[in-house]
Amino acid sequence: MSVVTNHSTTAVPVVKTLSVSVNGRWLAVPQTTAHPLTGQPVATTMIQACEIAGVTVPHYCYHAKLAVAGNCRMCLVEFGTPALGPDRKPILNPDGTPQIRKSPRPAIACATPVSPGMEIYTNTPAVEAMRRGVLEFLLLNHPLDCPICDQAGECKLQEYSVEYGQAASRSVDEKVHKPKQVDLGPRIVLDDERCILCSRCIRFTRDLAGDDALGIVQRGSHSTLTHYPGRPFDHNYTLNTVDICPVGALTSKDFRFQMRVWFLQETKSVCTSCATGCNLLIGSRENKIYRYVPRQNDRVNSCWMCDSGRLNYKWIGRSDRLTQCQVRDAQGQMQLRTWPEAIQEAAGRLKQAAPGSIAFIASARQTNEELFLIRHLARKLGAMADSAPRTGEGDAWLVNADKNPNRLGAAIMFGLDRSALPVTSDTAPAAVGSADMLVGPGVQLARSGQECPRSIMGAAAERIGAKLPKIAEGIGRGEIRTLVVLGEDATKHLGAALLGRLENLIISDILPNATTPRAHVLLPGCAHAEKRGSFTNAQGRVQKFLKAVEPPGQARPESEFLVELVRAVTGEQFPQTVEGLFNRMAKETVAFQGITWAGLGDLGQGIAVEVLKT
Amino acid sequence: MTFTVPAQLETELDELLTHYPEKRSAAVMFLHALQDHFGFITPEAMEWTAARLGLQPISVLELVTFYPMFRQQPVGKLHFKICRTLSCALAGSYRLHQLFCEKLGLDCHQPGPQTTPDGRCTVEFVECLAACGAAPVLMCNDRFYEKVTEAMAEKMAAEHGFEP
Ligand code: SF4
Ligand code: SF4
Ligand code: FES
Ligand code: FES
Repeated sequence: MSVVTNHSTTAVPVVKTLSVSVNGRWLAVPQTTAHPLTGQPVATTMIQACEIAGVTVPHYCYHAKLAVAGNCRMCLVEFGTPALGPDRKPILNPDGTPQIRKSPRPAIACATPVSPGMEIYTNTPAVEAMRRGVLEFLLLNHPLDCPICDQAGECKLQEYSVEYGQAASRSVDEKVHKPKQVDLGPRIVLDDERCILCSRCIRFTRDLAGDDALGIVQRGSHSTLTHYPGRPFDHNYTLNTVDICPVGALTSKDFRFQMRVWFLQETKSVCTSCATGCNLLIGSRENKIYRYVPRQNDRVNSCWMCDSGRLNYKWIGRSDRLTQCQVRDAQGQMQLRTWPEAIQEAAGRLKQAAPGSIAFIASARQTNEELFLIRHLARKLGAMADSAPRTGEGDAWLVNADKNPNRLGAAIMFGLDRSALPVTSDTAPAAVGSADMLVGPGVQLARSGQECPRSIMGAAAERIGAKLPKIAEGIGRGEIRTLVVLGEDATKHLGAALLGRLENLIISDILPNATTPRAHVLLPGCAHAEKRGSFTNAQGRVQKFLKAVEPPGQARPESEFLVELVRAVTGEQFPQTVEGLFNRMAKETVAFQGITWAGLGDLGQGIAVEVLKT
Repeated sequence: MTFTVPAQLETELDELLTHYPEKRSAAVMFLHALQDHFGFITPEAMEWTAARLGLQPISVLELVTFYPMFRQQPVGKLHFKICRTLSCALAGSYRLHQLFCEKLGLDCHQPGPQTTPDGRCTVEFVECLAACGAAPVLMCNDRFYEKVTEAMAEKMAAEHGFEP
């Protein structure tokens, strides 16, 4: 047995600070910060110092996760530095404070390093005048079509125009016209007239996605963002450019003209399309999901997510969702039932089944809490329980080849959980596999610690589904006669013929599949967007997600009805809230020890994982 | 049509590469050489350059569209570039441009270079040619003409066998 930990053994480097003042308030800022691409220490800039001071400097081209371009000039600030005498010593005021020599020219805060004793001013009349001037230039040829622009409501140009813009253009010339509705790629439409040429999209796709696909052609006021003719902008991360485009130039074909952003209710959630578990916000209105956008979590997905995960939400609103509890009667007909009736039916069948004649297959798409209840039930009934692997293609950045959002949770519940080490990745910044998550394949980066999570995952993945052949054998030999399936198509893992030999097939699922028509008891479950719960991602990070929309018909969160089922079968009462259930699970599962629902916060928490290397 | 660069030009370009610390730095010189040889820069030439320099074609397209001296269309045998920046404008270059266009049957209000249907002459209004002291100036192909008078211009535009 070997143990893999995700401890960082290197000592935390002492951060050297220097002191600067922002609008008259002095504070200590680190001398260097990590370069967003290389991770190398580079001098802290004025915009970063202002951020630390809690002062927002308006900006367009600057993005904390991209290389600095310094082209929009929106972040101009005034500053001063201590005056030096001929002896290179600071000249002091009569009161002993250093004399500050104010720079005659402003500087762009995003690209100017701070120096000791520097004073930064972001709110002087001169700074405000510069912002007005920059904005007037940016709007010179802008179509001002906010009423039909998708970005309206979350547009930096719109926001700063309210603060610093002018109601009318002073230009007497006609505006320069540029291409509209440019089909940049399969998922992106570009309006060049709205583009402010900040080059964020260019830097993202070149430096992070590793596909140098975009560029600015022509010159001056004719400058036009575009791709090379005949080469569509098409990789699995293109939609991130829509997020970082500060204006409405890059729009998502999927979301375009669907909904005004201010009507969207935003719910913190995670992506379920692979084991990475990118953090996201669900945008919904009146029970309909309109979009996913990434939510920043520097330990998982930084500010990004893949296009395929982002667009994988439409199935939630499918019209053929399972919405009714159904029970097969003596004639073999499915009859509609209420929840109490269906739970009684399922519990009755489970209680009557002989010990050892029951098996559970619960998808690694179910939450930790749900799997915990299944494990409990299975232990009580002396039944085998397992999940099914789900593999696909991964890439060198975010996308994991494992398509189960809760692979590790399932592995912990059904295989790994013997003992564990109390290790949290929170104490070891960027030591755990996160380093290679944060930047794309376009970047050369020392990927320290990558081995840890990958090997954990490797071992965990092997363990998921290891019992499926045994379950199949058991059914084949007539030993297993009752099967409970949560969220999997059992025909894929056991074969349709075997399912026909079961006396009891109890199923919960979201959408119909080849297994659901064979059910004796069918319980409609929920998509993650319709419930609360937690997943354990590939790095061993427990992340919670919240409810965005109501489930259709009778469909209910699985954890809710599983609590009822456990009570009906064993008489035990588990907590009925997700919080309570999670905390109980954490107490009873070594790997989750010390973690609480409240402690998960918005960004999740690293867990203790011990791996049996076989 | 497949794009082929003659062996000799290719050898020259390979040699050119050795002058630069980074391959991409040679991009502009590559494009000049290709334009000199082929007369203008085709998409195939851009893609060839990009592949040679380890760039994406969009980066080459950026260069080609940024610098007005690179052209993506063929020009006439005689390419008149008339300066329109301040000194020359004050010294009458708009009149010169108009005159060239009239003589050659072109529309002086059209933006961008214009070529006569017979392909003999192209007239283009360009920015400062860096000989402001001798305004108005124009270039015909690679030759400079300073203090150009209307009479000179008329002669250049009209004279059939004019050789720069
Ligand atoms: S399309 Fe958007 S992100 Fe790209 S350069 Fe233009 S304004 Fe910036
Ligand atoms: S990388 Fe995985 S978790 Fe992230 S958005 Fe894509 S599918 Fe979802
Ligand atoms: S944000 Fe500093 S120049 Fe654009
Ligand atoms: S203005 Fe004509 S050469 Fe400079």
